[in-house]
Amino acid sequence: MSEIPGDLKFLKSHEWARVEGDGKVTVGISDHAQGLLGDLVYVELPNVGDSVEAGNACAVVESVKAASDVYAPVSGKVVEVNAALSDKPETINEDAYGDGWLFTMVIDDAEQLNELLDPDAYAELLEEEDH
Amino acid sequence: MTQKTILNETHRALGAKMVDFGGWDMPIHYGSQLDEHHLVRRDAGMFDVSHMTVVDLTGAKVRDFLRHLVANSVDKLQKPGKALYTAMLNPQGGVIDDLIVYFMSEDWFRLVVNAATREKDVAWITAQATAFAVDVRERPEFGMVAVQGPNAREKVVGLLREEDRAPVSKLLRFSAREARTTDGVEVFVARTGYTGEDGFEVIVPEAQTVAFWNALLEAGVKPAGLGARDTLRLEAGMNLYGQDMDDTVSPFEAALAWTVVLDEGRDFIGRAALEAQQAAGVSRQMIGLVMDEKGVLRHGQKVLTANGEGEILSGTFSPSIGKAIAFARVPAGAPGEVRVDIRGKEVPVRVVKFPFVREGKVQDGI
Repeated sequence: MSEIPGDLKFLKSHEWARVEGDGKVTVGISDHAQGLLGDLVYVELPNVGDSVEAGNACAVVESVKAASDVYAPVSGKVVEVNAALSDKPETINEDAYGDGWLFTMVIDDAEQLNELLDPDAYAELLEEEDH
Repeated sequence: MTQKTILNETHRALGAKMVDFGGWDMPIHYGSQLDEHHLVRRDAGMFDVSHMTVVDLTGAKVRDFLRHLVANSVDKLQKPGKALYTAMLNPQGGVIDDLIVYFMSEDWFRLVVNAATREKDVAWITAQATAFAVDVRERPEFGMVAVQGPNAREKVVGLLREEDRAPVSKLLRFSAREARTTDGVEVFVARTGYTGEDGFEVIVPEAQTVAFWNALLEAGVKPAGLGARDTLRLEAGMNLYGQDMDDTVSPFEAALAWTVVLDEGRDFIGRAALEAQQAAGVSRQMIGLVMDEKGVLRHGQKVLTANGEGEILSGTFSPSIGKAIAFARVPAGAPGEVRVDIRGKEVPVRVVKFPFVREGKVQDGI
């Protein structure tokens, strides 16, 4: 498994969030999640301008095998989506923490970030799932 | 208790991701389901299908028994080695299972039935067999490897001893014969499959199955998992038991009318129910769908037609077509403009004939 970048925060449901500054946060799914799903073939992203709420489904990623909801790690407004995924959803398989990002949002309340898992806690969670 | 095939450790060593499949611990893929799919369409791939159940029927009245047991006519099987795809029905005309019948000799027929239905199948067959004094014997001591793809047959033939190569190469579709490998292992080679590609399904004694698999691997055949097997068979327009039909669905409602023979004077189980359905008209039908918009059709999604609602049976993303395809069960009659409810959005789909893909080619009109 690839290394988990240290600047990310995670949800138990395998979404990641990266604080970009200016109150902006980029969201994606973890490398572990893409591995579980297998070859991705379709991504349904939110619209720019959508308000999303922490813990609610706001995107869908589909592999040949299964469809999976993506939950918003924090509340806020979507300001950019990764439109390139529409034609190349496999980018998420290839680079889940980089080019495979899903969308960027402006967050309502930076405090919410503290409720997310840090990389160590997430790695621990994965280890527990393995057993 | 999860069951394992003799190849379980081999799959793990090859890096397979394992999943539970009908109580069996099986490989879903060895890295990429899509790559494995394309490999079978373009070259050759092999599947561990040792979880499938081999049942041998022996006795003087085996043919009579099978005339009674299955909806297709075993009288089509005249040459030893010939195979037949058929459904086995309950008295209500529902499908207990779909299976392949191999005619070995007049007192020996071999069945290959689904793994997930093993217990009920064997119980049913055994109960029906009593009146015909037919002996029903499961053969768990075999492994089974399906080698599929345009180059699959020559890869298998290359592992056989010299004198068996020509006869196995000349096997017609849906035919089988016994042969020996270069190591002298007795195998049963059938030109059948579940992918829409040419190839063989090979029954091997369990003790030699790992060596047979490794010999194929050495010959350049890569392993493919159940994930690719599912997308390949759906593209090929083949039903999956439990998803596309079950014991509440008749063959007429599962696009299997071609496997039903209502021949003169043959009293097979379920026949009366099928004839009644035919006389009254069948209320449901199975159709093929292609979605031109992005997204994936999935089992259980609601289908809207001119005659009412239905549902998606098998649905997937088709790697060969690059679009979603599905089987759906919908009310009988011309379905008109069809839409599928995907997460609350009604997406238009096209009704098409299937197979969707055959022998590497996307079919016309798909």
